[in-house]
Amino acid sequence: MPQIKYFQAIKEAQTQLMYKDKRVMIMGLGVNDPKGIFGTTKNLNKIFGNKRILETPTSENAVTGIAIGAAIQGLRPILTHQRVEFSLLSIEQIINQAAKWYFMSGGESNTPIVIRLIIGKGWGQGPQHSQSLETLFSHIPGLKVVSPSNAYDAKGLLVSAVKDNGPVIFFEHRWLHNIYGEVPKKLYSIPIGKAKVVQNGKDITIVSFSEALIQVLRLKKILSGCGISAEIIDLRSLRPLDKSSIFRSVKKTKKILVVDNGWKSYGISAEIVSLVSEKLLSILKEKPIRLGIREIPIPSTRALAKNCYLNSESILKAVSKLTKVKIKNKIKKKYLNQLLLKETDIPYKDFQGPF
Amino acid sequence: MKILHKNLFKKIYKIRKIETKISDLYNEQEMRCPVHLSIGQEAIAVGVCQALRKEDKVLSSHRSHAHYIAKGGNIRSMIAELYGKETGCAKGLGGSMHLQDKKAGVVAAVPIVGSTIAIGVGVALKATSNINRKKFITVIFFGEGATEEGIFHESINFAVVNNLPVLFVCENNLFSVYTPLKDRQSNKRNIINIVKNNGMPAFSADGNDVTKVYALAKKSINLIRKYNRPVFLEFKTYRWLEHCGPNWDDDLGYRKKSELNRWIKKCPLKKIEKKLTKNNLTTIKNKIDDEVADAFNFAKKSNFPKKSFLKKFY
Repeated sequence: MPQIKYFQAIKEAQTQLMYKDKRVMIMGLGVNDPKGIFGTTKNLNKIFGNKRILETPTSENAVTGIAIGAAIQGLRPILTHQRVEFSLLSIEQIINQAAKWYFMSGGESNTPIVIRLIIGKGWGQGPQHSQSLETLFSHIPGLKVVSPSNAYDAKGLLVSAVKDNGPVIFFEHRWLHNIYGEVPKKLYSIPIGKAKVVQNGKDITIVSFSEALIQVLRLKKILSGCGISAEIIDLRSLRPLDKSSIFRSVKKTKKILVVDNGWKSYGISAEIVSLVSEKLLSILKEKPIRLGIREIPIPSTRALAKNCYLNSESILKAVSKLTKVKIKNKIKKKYLNQLLLKETDIPYKDFQGPF
Repeated sequence: MKILHKNLFKKIYKIRKIETKISDLYNEQEMRCPVHLSIGQEAIAVGVCQALRKEDKVLSSHRSHAHYIAKGGNIRSMIAELYGKETGCAKGLGGSMHLQDKKAGVVAAVPIVGSTIAIGVGVALKATSNINRKKFITVIFFGEGATEEGIFHESINFAVVNNLPVLFVCENNLFSVYTPLKDRQSNKRNIINIVKNNGMPAFSADGNDVTKVYALAKKSINLIRKYNRPVFLEFKTYRWLEHCGPNWDDDLGYRKKSELNRWIKKCPLKKIEKKLTKNNLTTIKNKIDDEVADAFNFAKKSNFPKKSFLKKFY
């Protein structure tokens, strides 16, 4: 199977969808610029023309309404923002209009739009280019929210998102864009609302998603080296949430750790722990633990930003606490040293910014 | 000319009749949703919609009754929606602020001021896309308060840049809820110039004279069809009743009684009726009265939606 990067998988999904379905269009600020949204839309206008790959003014609110208007007339727009935060200018259109259109029309009118939001991290992104606002959107009935962690899921979920008859918020993470994964050349879809068990285990359930999941996966060898059999679940979809996959796993392991991409309070991890407590409290052997980023805006300087994000130590500590297995220093050092970068504000060694 | 005047009269009369009936029956407390009545402002909706074709589309905001009726929206489903019945145009889920009739080209109305301006521009985007290309014009009705919203400016710019066939219709009734223009806009502000400086032709006319509204709308729509470019129109008018609800609200003192009376003298219905003095309008009126009575009966007799209906969603 071909190995391609996450951003290429997104481009491939969009390209194939546009060939297949003439109703699909892409719009947003920068979709036709020389960088093409981190490569995900680069040069697509040369294939599909400037009407289907529509460059827009710096008018997020109107452009979202315009996407909704086009969608209710039968087009299938994919709207893109280069950072999550720009979508906040259009929150009225997303929450009041897109999310409720099907409902407000008595179930007669669909709004098939996809809004791609990219979470920034590192290289001094600062308070307004680094927010994981999945919760904000996941709170709203009428929206679907997905957050793929790898290239394969990114392609499959984007296909499902575009085919969906309602609005789908599609979260990408800038630090995932350049990670390779095996991606079939053909067009395939992954159902929205289905989590994936990425590693089977029996001692503890670790639930995560997006870039946070990558941080969990990096610790796999340390955990197995210490004899911990961890079941790792990638949520992939945040709304609807695949409750049954979580429950099934927790019934087996009787312990749960949720590693969130964002803030804990009122967040995705809060929701999952609540659901598990409501449903399975009596079988839990340990109090659930959730981890998230520090509850302040992320500072620009790398000297402070590193103190706000998740880190391997805190994840290992939580697993150890839940499983009552000590993490062996020798094993930890062996594998952690391989992972550690000199700088904490970049995803890999040759990352040179600026965003 | 006679036929045109008759058609304009029929529509204004119908709107006035329906709005008056809502006002009269509201105190029965069976229409349990906010209503923003159009009495006094009917001429703009009627004049503009008279110049449209069936396949053309309209969008509106919270004060949408006149637009819905003028575009030919089904009045049984409209009244049923106000009564919260399953036969309503949004099956009771929307209320007065969410009138819609796809068949008649009434795409949507929503109460968040300015919100449908962008959605309407998106609707127009479809008219210019290469897929199942059907030519139509999109008319977006909004109040002058909406021109204070950022989305208005974003939308007119987008429509100009992309050459979209949209008619923007601003109904300037001088108040945003109870706040007068002078508290909201500089007296040097000129909306026509603002729009023109964005590269869009913009015109204004008396919004209480339906023949003038029609003439300007017709001219503008011809421009749009010919050049596939947007046009903006502003009409001054006046809301007679309270911002939201069935009553007069002059006890509140936010506007002068003399100002209201001046506008009542410019009644759009009387103005068009005067042009038809040689005609016996009784038959026309009776027919509309019956149609309106039937719509209210239909709404009252209809059932509320069943609990299971909600299962359709989410």
